[in-house]
Amino acid sequence: MDAEVFRAWIVSSARTIEASRDHLTQLDAAIGDADHGINLARGFAAVLGAQEFGKASSPGAVLTVTGSTLISKVGGASGPLYGVAFRRAGKALGDDADPGLHALSAALDAALAGVQQLGAAREGDKTMVDALAPATRAFSKAVAEGASRDGALAALAEAAEAGAAATISMQALKGRASYLGPRSVGHEDPGAASTALILAALRDAARAAS
Amino acid sequence: MKKLINNPDTVVTDALAGLAAAHPSLAVDAENKVILRAGGPRPGKVGLVSGGGSGHEPLHGGFVGYGMLDAACPGEVFTSPVPDQMLLATKAVNGGAGVLHIVKNYTGDVLNFQMAAELAEDEGIDVVPVVINDDVAVEDSLYTAGRRGTGATVFAEKIAGALAEEGADLAAVAAVAREVNERSRSFGVALSPCTIPAAGKPTFELADTEVELGIGIHGEPGRTRAPMAPASELAAVALDAIGADLPVDGDLLVMVNGMGGTPLIELYALFSEVSQYVRARGGRITRSLVGNYITSLEMQGFSVTVCRLSGALARLWDAPVETPALRWGR
Repeated sequence: MDAEVFRAWIVSSARTIEASRDHLTQLDAAIGDADHGINLARGFAAVLGAQEFGKASSPGAVLTVTGSTLISKVGGASGPLYGVAFRRAGKALGDDADPGLHALSAALDAALAGVQQLGAAREGDKTMVDALAPATRAFSKAVAEGASRDGALAALAEAAEAGAAATISMQALKGRASYLGPRSVGHEDPGAASTALILAALRDAARAAS
Repeated sequence: MKKLINNPDTVVTDALAGLAAAHPSLAVDAENKVILRAGGPRPGKVGLVSGGGSGHEPLHGGFVGYGMLDAACPGEVFTSPVPDQMLLATKAVNGGAGVLHIVKNYTGDVLNFQMAAELAEDEGIDVVPVVINDDVAVEDSLYTAGRRGTGATVFAEKIAGALAEEGADLAAVAAVAREVNERSRSFGVALSPCTIPAAGKPTFELADTEVELGIGIHGEPGRTRAPMAPASELAAVALDAIGADLPVDGDLLVMVNGMGGTPLIELYALFSEVSQYVRARGGRITRSLVGNYITSLEMQGFSVTVCRLSGALARLWDAPVETPALRWGR
């Protein structure tokens, strides 16, 4: 997967976040402060508008500039958390012009580690980690079992979606939803939902390129 | 949704332009969203920077000026500002004695200020963050993001600002901000939700007969919902919650704060209830603030913040201040 595929992923993420802007914001209104879709849409729009984004010549550079722009433009908790995720993944890919599945798996692990280090969230806390962690596990398992690129990315996206859905029954232990205590149960976590959308966009961008 | 705005996307910058036009004592960088004192940093004085989502006005921009903040970084509505803003503000106010970051305890604010502090330290500026977490409605436990920062932020900014103005060093200014936080507790009640301009819809639904107890300042729902009750009962709910965590006796600084959509007549009626409650428990309100100081857009409701004063803290509270929203003694 070359820089163009990664760029297409981010463009497609921006599109899906914009299309889901109101849905994500409604999820956030239920248990947070009703701005998740608005902020992420604003951040991804800024990424697409950044000069360095169009010029980035390697997959790692595409992801690093995406992360830096999200940190600069989004604010809230999701700006630093998504920003760190993309930057760590970008740094893990380095200068590799066409990283393979093992390199991508390591990059996804680095993204997860960055998010957990910054946000101190564990699985089960009802955060984006509940989508990202099972997704990276499913991806590395599929890669280890010799799955095709499309097959491994399908496993990634499916696990993220299932992980996001599983947050509905959880009580939030981190982030603003934790203020609600037991009242946070019964609602999907907006960060987990947006993570599932972004990882589905990766699957679709790779598929469209093949 | 009816709001006095031009466009939901430009409401923050439009308001900053207005702040600049109304207050020549401020230097407002509307493009980078930083509010500074005009005239730049005073050499040798510790700089005070705060910031947070917009929609809480006058917090924080209205508290920039002599005796209080040196800079404020407003984010989008209810969204923490970004590290770029905070770094710009930190560099602009550094007079060589270091910079205090006053941070309300919300995950986003804490993460963004943490990144900004690292960037500022890379540039050789001493930064000490003080996190404000006074809201007793949230249990401070492993099972939450910790208590929220609310009304005590106003007290910390005023008192730490006064000490910085006297020339104290960064460690002392940070210590007094922490002391104010430790001696203060808050509790909020909403009678109505509020509407974020870009969302266009109220943040939660509340029946005419209900109140939301234990709200924060971002239009988020509280811990419980209860039937609407008279001011005396609502004041008691707030003070019972505060009193369970901090004795409300001795000399007290008390703020009855409006959430943005509550008339002063109601806030004063509440203050009367608060003062009777406190007096009955051996407390003396020797300093007070009644009005809209840390708001949640047009939300109807109030918060009560109690700070147990020492002689030193009372003296710093009384020290001269000259900002758009607080001014006395000068």
